Amino acid sequence: MVTMITNLGRSGLSDWLVQRISAVVLALYTLFLVAYVLFHPGLDYLTWSALFESTAMRIFTLAALLSIAAHAWIGLWTIFTDYVKCTRLRLVLQVVVVLALFTFVIWSVQVLWGA
Amino acid sequence: MTMLTVSVYRYNPDTDDKPYMQDFQVDTEGRDLMVLNVIMMIQEQDASVVFRRSCREGVCGSDGVNMNGRNGLTCITPLSQVVKNNKLVLRPLPGLPVIRDLIVDMQMFYRQYESIQPYLQNNTTPPAIERLQSPEDRDKLDGLYECILCACCSTSCPSFWWNPDKFVGPAGLLQAYRFLADSRDEYTKERLARLDDPFSVFRCRGIMNCVSVCPKGLNPTHAIGKIREMLMTQAT
Repeated sequence: MVTMITNLGRSGLSDWLVQRISAVVLALYTLFLVAYVLFHPGLDYLTWSALFESTAMRIFTLAALLSIAAHAWIGLWTIFTDYVKCTRLRLVLQVVVVLALFTFVIWSVQVLWGA
Repeated sequence: MTMLTVSVYRYNPDTDDKPYMQDFQVDTEGRDLMVLNVIMMIQEQDASVVFRRSCREGVCGSDGVNMNGRNGLTCITPLSQVVKNNKLVLRPLPGLPVIRDLIVDMQMFYRQYESIQPYLQNNTTPPAIERLQSPEDRDKLDGLYECILCACCSTSCPSFWWNPDKFVGPAGLLQAYRFLADSRDEYTKERLARLDDPFSVFRCRGIMNCVSVCPKGLNPTHAIGKIREMLMTQAT
């Protein structure tokens, strides 16, 4: 048993599950966006902004953004614990990643629901 | 004369500053010898070359070595399986500290094995003769109990290379599942609780190096998947 305090879910199982579920959400979101662009040749600003007017699309986008945040936290945490053996540097990198992801999420909420 | 070039990893901490590769020419007389035979012929040329061996029939698991980049037991690996362009490169198992030449320090490997408590735990008073199992329950142990702890799998696993102190490794996890799957063991819950951290089981990325090198043809990745399933069933 190894105790960890910097991973997302504290337990290996929850991290593993979140990683898989967020991957599915991201895959669905990517497929939807690619399909949308392909089926709307000559896509203009009005169509694009109308798409993001609907509550469903905003929720889907927020779900994708939260998935990116969780997925990246778990994934980068794994990479750092594998390759960065200096504890101070690893902690700094982990904090930078978490703060960056936090910023991205808040910023995206502002973009989605802002004026 | 059929000469084979064998490049051997040499390191004696008492006399060498750092490891080096030494080439030997071995006359195989065209025979498809086992790699172990070739190492013994090398030792006849230079008695300072050291390696581990015991049963010479793939049962004891002491002669795990990296042969042309692939881990395996030298005693059951014929030259035809590993030699490329008439050259054989022999190195100690990767990821473990080298004691001398082809001999590695297996302490980290055994420590992980110990951590999964590789013995039956049952507090019920045993019956007069033995604890019986149904044939179906016994079948669940096939593909698990055959492990000989040669460390070929764990030392071919990058996750074990980077975190040998935290990740149990394929060999240890195969044995962890061997006791989780045993109908006679009563400590399933406690065993699972000790594995539910981000390293012990979940550092496995499923690249299956362990499966591809296991000299006994076992499948640690499958066992790891089963442990995950048990953890999931218990937690959801």
